Amino acid sequence: MMKKQKIMLYRIIAAAVIYVPLFVLEHMGKLEFQSEMPVQFLLFMIPYLIVGWDIIYRAVRNISHGQVFDENFLMCIATFGALGVKEYSEAVAVMLFYQIGELFQSYAVNRSRQSISAMMDICPEYANIEEDGKLKQVDPDDVEIGTEIVIKAGERVPLDGVVVSGTSFVDTSALTGESVPREVTEGSEIISGCVNGSGLLKVRTTKEFDDSTVAKILELVENASSKKAHVENFITKFAKYYTPIVVCAAVVLAFLPPIILGGGFAEWIQRACIFLVISCPCALVISVPLGFFGGIGAASKQGVLVKGSNYLEALSEMKTIVFDKTGTLTKGEFVVSEVIPNGWEKEGLLEVAALAEGYSDHPISAALKKAYEEAELGELSMDRVEQTEEIAGHGIKAKIDGRVVYTGNAKLMEEEGVEYEPCAIPGTVVYLAAEKEFLGTIIISDTVKPEAKRAIAQLKKSGVKKTVMLTGDRKDVGEAVAESLGIDEVYTDLLPGDKVDKVEALLGELGEKEKLGFVGDGINDAPVLSRADIGIAMGSMGSDAAIEAADVVLMDDNILKISSIMRIAGKTLQIVHQNIVFALGVKVLVLILGALGMANMWEAVFADVGVSVIAILNSMRTLKVK
Amino acid sequence: MKKKFKMVDLDCANCAAKMEDAIKKIDGVNDATVSFMMQKLTIDADDARFDEIMQEVVAVCKKVEPDCQIQL
Repeated sequence: MMKKQKIMLYRIIAAAVIYVPLFVLEHMGKLEFQSEMPVQFLLFMIPYLIVGWDIIYRAVRNISHGQVFDENFLMCIATFGALGVKEYSEAVAVMLFYQIGELFQSYAVNRSRQSISAMMDICPEYANIEEDGKLKQVDPDDVEIGTEIVIKAGERVPLDGVVVSGTSFVDTSALTGESVPREVTEGSEIISGCVNGSGLLKVRTTKEFDDSTVAKILELVENASSKKAHVENFITKFAKYYTPIVVCAAVVLAFLPPIILGGGFAEWIQRACIFLVISCPCALVISVPLGFFGGIGAASKQGVLVKGSNYLEALSEMKTIVFDKTGTLTKGEFVVSEVIPNGWEKEGLLEVAALAEGYSDHPISAALKKAYEEAELGELSMDRVEQTEEIAGHGIKAKIDGRVVYTGNAKLMEEEGVEYEPCAIPGTVVYLAAEKEFLGTIIISDTVKPEAKRAIAQLKKSGVKKTVMLTGDRKDVGEAVAESLGIDEVYTDLLPGDKVDKVEALLGELGEKEKLGFVGDGINDAPVLSRADIGIAMGSMGSDAAIEAADVVLMDDNILKISSIMRIAGKTLQIVHQNIVFALGVKVLVLILGALGMANMWEAVFADVGVSVIAILNSMRTLKVK
Repeated sequence: MKKKFKMVDLDCANCAAKMEDAIKKIDGVNDATVSFMMQKLTIDADDARFDEIMQEVVAVCKKVEPDCQIQL
């Protein structure tokens, strides 16, 4: 408890200690003094002022600043009204309970703030630099790129960099939610925010602090509250009008009925005071953003960054999910799976392919070169290659040992008039030919992620109606993958530009209140990510482009997490709606009962601070969603 | 220019919303958020007049909630 809260607690206790005997005496009829002095009033004023002087002070001060409809002022009017109609005991009680409620509310908010910030406690405080053989702690902000820093066991990695010496296991759970530590050795990249588990590491930094992963993530999370969900905007707007309306209603209630119906003002003023006590929209204004904040916190605990509460809202309404195949459903690593030579040995075919593709950095070329290296056929002598030419969308034409060699797809073979044997094996098929002679076929395939099938099944369970896969692959390859994963629709042979069109078409098919999510690996799909209602990208441990373009980032590239955040989103929205219905319901009910003279101040105080506290406690549940 | 400031003793969520509203209306402020949860003010305002604008921001906030202080 903070100092301010402690002082308030003592004031409440002191006031209660004086108030209780007075209350008892009053009810026993012992406070009926036949005196000129208003003894009863003065006695009750002691606890009233002890517990409420600051409210009166603030009300006066804020009115002088032009802030009329503020809580303090309303509480003053309400209690003054009670005092005016000689309900002294009630006035003190209202003030007392209002302050208890406020104290409890500030305590609860503080607690939730602490637990959220503890969860986001990934910010490194210092970096160790070696100077004259001694370690010196400096602010990570002051470390320049290329500096060697030392990270001891148990310390947080302060900046992104490359390990220069040492081996260790690093704990990435704060960033990714992944509990298995990763091994790093000399030459491995290491990202800030992780905790060094065992050994001493020397790291050469590759980024400044402001550009490092940890700073980026912190900024994202802090800015998340500025992207508001519809519900939040509704509450903000609602709060603006709610107070003035209720206050006006109170004024009308105080004066109109007695004038029309005749009779005393006292009764109606008391009813109007009930209105004033309920006129603060605090329960909603605090609990709704708090709920979303907790939801975003719970998601980041799982290693999923959600960039705003609006995306959390959209996730709960996601009905269609579109996957880009490569890198999301599959590993995005191309591996040579089969070599089928046409009448000669495999090694020779692989060598020709590796030579022809030797100068290209296309993933397929990389796979061919890697396969050649793994076959241990000796060093690739690139001087046998005289010239190479890439033919976009077809393949490569290269001159090897004086012969023109073609490597590429069926289109290339047809254009060059090669009599090739079409291959029906799923995967990326590379045909090779020298002049007009068909040399053979190499199949390269991408491996499906082991968790992909389960992820799709779980998404369907979480309420996704349609799963779609987009791919640049050939029809048979794409359809084979989709079928094995249980995906509903596949669109194949797409160029990068076509993906945006497809997503737009799918967006058009959505009903009202239905949202579309697109999952990509963050490479080359920024336009699609931003076009979809929710762009979900693979964070790949700090790929800047992905983090920038997406609305939701899966830090450990695990697509199983999509259904978990959908569950978090759904739960968060459910809790937020509960709070709105509950808070408004109680308030409206007490307003009606108050106007009819069936509610008293006690119920009004409950409808104000009591509801607030309950709503805050309810919101805190979002943090615990798993 | 975008900058962040810590807000001390920001005790009421409704006040935070009111402050945000008032700050947004200041001439030269492009965008502002007062986060009750983070106890932070994020402000995006004209570079040239930034200090001047910040003085106005402080004055406006003082009007809404005198107990709350912006740490410049």
